[in-house]
Amino acid sequence: MTTHDTRPGSTGGADTAGPLHGGPDDDYTPEQLAAMPREDLDRLGARYDGVQILHVDPGPEPGSPMERRAIRQVGLTFTLAGLSALAFVVVYVGAGWFFPDWQWSVSGSDFSAFFTPLLGATMGLALALVGVGLVLFSKKLLPHETAVQDKHDGSHFDRVTTGATLVGGLHNSGLARRKLITRSLGFMGGGLGLMLLMPLGGLINNPNKGNPLGRTAWAEGVRLVRNDGSPIRPGDQEPGSLETVFPAVPGGNRQSDAATMLIRLRPEQREQEAPREGQGDFGYGDYVAFSKICTHAGCPVSLYEQETSRILCPCHQSQFDVTQGAKPVFGPATRSLPQLPITVDDEGFFVARGDYPEAVGPTYWNRERI
Amino acid sequence: MAATATAPGAPTTRLGKQAYEIDDRLIVAGPLRRTLNKVFPDHWSFLLGEIALYSFLIALLSGTYLTFFFDPSLREVVYEGSYAPLRGVEMSAAYDSALNLSFDVRGGLFMRQVHHWSALLFVASIVIHLLRIFFTGAFRRPRETNWIIGVVMLVLALLMGVTGYTLPDDLLSGTGLRIISAIILSVPVIGTWAHWAVFGGEFVGELIIGRFYIAHVLIIPAILLALIAVHLLLLVKQKHTQFAGPGRTEHNVVGNRLFPTFAAKATGLLFIVFGVIAALGGLVQINPVWLWGPYNPAQVSSGSQPDWYVLFLDGSTRIFPAWDINLPGDYTIPALFWPTVVVAGAMFTVLALYPMIERKLSGDTASHHLLQRPRDVPVRTSLGMMGLTFYGVLMLSGGNDVFADKFDVSLNAMTWFGRLGVIVLPPLVYMLTYRICLGLQMHDREVLEHGIETGVIRRLPHGEFIEVHQPLGPVDEHGHGTLAYGGAPVPKKMNQVGGARRAIRGFFKPIEEPSQVELEQRAEGRGLAAGENRELSSSGRPSEGGRPQEPRD
Repeated sequence: MTTHDTRPGSTGGADTAGPLHGGPDDDYTPEQLAAMPREDLDRLGARYDGVQILHVDPGPEPGSPMERRAIRQVGLTFTLAGLSALAFVVVYVGAGWFFPDWQWSVSGSDFSAFFTPLLGATMGLALALVGVGLVLFSKKLLPHETAVQDKHDGSHFDRVTTGATLVGGLHNSGLARRKLITRSLGFMGGGLGLMLLMPLGGLINNPNKGNPLGRTAWAEGVRLVRNDGSPIRPGDQEPGSLETVFPAVPGGNRQSDAATMLIRLRPEQREQEAPREGQGDFGYGDYVAFSKICTHAGCPVSLYEQETSRILCPCHQSQFDVTQGAKPVFGPATRSLPQLPITVDDEGFFVARGDYPEAVGPTYWNRERI
Repeated sequence: MAATATAPGAPTTRLGKQAYEIDDRLIVAGPLRRTLNKVFPDHWSFLLGEIALYSFLIALLSGTYLTFFFDPSLREVVYEGSYAPLRGVEMSAAYDSALNLSFDVRGGLFMRQVHHWSALLFVASIVIHLLRIFFTGAFRRPRETNWIIGVVMLVLALLMGVTGYTLPDDLLSGTGLRIISAIILSVPVIGTWAHWAVFGGEFVGELIIGRFYIAHVLIIPAILLALIAVHLLLLVKQKHTQFAGPGRTEHNVVGNRLFPTFAAKATGLLFIVFGVIAALGGLVQINPVWLWGPYNPAQVSSGSQPDWYVLFLDGSTRIFPAWDINLPGDYTIPALFWPTVVVAGAMFTVLALYPMIERKLSGDTASHHLLQRPRDVPVRTSLGMMGLTFYGVLMLSGGNDVFADKFDVSLNAMTWFGRLGVIVLPPLVYMLTYRICLGLQMHDREVLEHGIETGVIRRLPHGEFIEVHQPLGPVDEHGHGTLAYGGAPVPKKMNQVGGARRAIRGFFKPIEEPSQVELEQRAEGRGLAAGENRELSSSGRPSEGGRPQEPRD
């Protein structure tokens, strides 16, 4: 600190601090503190913080076998940690240099399979050993002390005085009397809050415009094609088999609601067939087509067990009976899979006779109304 | 006041002078000393929250690294990277960059797995920490606020997990996103509007990955960091709770000062947590996204389970019956709404409000700083076990297809087990836990009254055999212990009250002088050496011949 302050407005070092209002500097002069050994100063400070050191179990005696052993252990642990960290560096840098390449390839070396595990093992060991070393150090070499710290309840004095300051400020502002200010403040706060929320309106879109949830890409005359785009004729599939088909429109196989299962029923399945009311003619011969999107949570229902005529959704295990118009027979799904009306076109390929008669996929609030 | 070099107590070393210079400007010596002197109680279970904190740190660091390479976009690209089986496949840029991160960035796969493992450990340690707080009653006044902050952080951690897990846009996460979409749609009245607001339109659109990304890397972590700061600040302000024990009261904290013991131990734990996660990230494969393939709405793999912390909601969804509610006007409340939005909402609301509920029902509005042993609060312990059982059955049901497959049982039977189990098992567990708590309480009292069973059998002069009991403290004229139960563990074995000598240290050869240890033991009154002049001919009751009496009620 210097007293040579010559800037304008400065008192040139004549400006001294006023008297302190209490505090430990009043209790102990620098001379007293200088005369105290370090241990006493430590305990004195602790006492001011409400901490009492009850008991100190000193660490091992300097030079004792116990201490030498503990030092060896801690030192060895830290050394191993450093070695392990260096091993990480060697593996990381050396791959593709003096080690084989780390990148995976079909005909690549075995080293690439060990690259990530080696990184994990070396870094994990290095970091964990640092931790073990620190724990050993604190358990075996540090003195174990038992300290007690007081826990104070709130101070009545603080509450009363703080309350007085707060109430005083509020009283001086006169807000309790000046009603126009409080009311206009409230009005302003509400208005500003609303204003700041408004930009979120950019997130809002109308989901009921054009019935997007109720429509798919299927329409009259749209061919049923496989994932690779090839059309399907009756007779391409074995009885009892299932094929996933998509509408023959651009990007039809990537649409989230268009995937459809084309199922060829076996003769005995046809005998049990009981389609939904009004949908008896939706199939074509022994072929039926159902939406692949589960009516429960929208997963693709994928597992067809033709022995029991059941389709299982792997997400939540809803089961649908294809001979009963894909009615849910077990699990959490509540509605049948919608059926796609199909026929064949002039060239003998399967086409849709129209869109699904109802919304595909999971149920929502106003589904029945659209 | 100008300090001169000759002032008493002025620093003489270089370091000391620098410290003086710093304190002259910042005046930190006082607050720093108060911090260093802060006493922390010592118990292994107080470290669980620290593990959560450290896992979060690692997730933050590794996640930042991942953002250097990840492209949160649903733009269609053709994969040209070094993973041959997927070359030429159309996929989103997000999945493409996740593959590049795994195959073409040196150490990128390691960092991705470290990130995933740290996230799993983060949620797991939060849950275990929460259970510790719950079962020991640490949430009671004055710590209700910190409990609520903790529950909010748990929910945010789950949201972190869900948004992060969706980002790679692989087949598994895409299926998860499809289910999230269905859950949003299922909310009555506002479902479709909410879906359009979140996804920007129909599933899947082109916005969702970008939106989840900014939520995952900025919005939620920022809130979490702020809440962690408040959580720790409140902990420091209110001081840590402690278990009952000698010298421990409601008005003090007994333990180690922050510096150096607690700091050394906490730093050690930090490095061990770092090390374990790094080892897991390298050695244990997790979420190999290249095996799932890009998301395709027409494909799914069986046995698709979310990360463990969402499994309970998957389970509740699987076992919920097919109950759509059809309202007049052709409105529907979908069955999916109940096991997801309602179950999760109710569980976290009850959890967050539990301190207030317990305060209301028990009428206990006092401040508590001493923890309770779970057995001493049988109702809370049993309620907790009941909740855990409910959660456990839901979690089990979340993997019911895997159980059905591996143990060769019917899938539908597993579903019915879940449906019945979730109703029947929690009350059964409640009753069982209650009995166990009471039994443990009784045993504590019995030992306090009659002493520890020593295993020493004596034959009395008239031929009767008795087992000698070691009282824990002074006894009354009937030979019954007069110590009252104080909420602390009661020693139940002779070794816990110094019945055994401590082993001489040294693994291969002793590094202590055995005779020295023997003398030390005698001085401390430990072991049989000290008890050689102790008379063990009675049950320890001075008044009569040691005849055990029936406990009187």
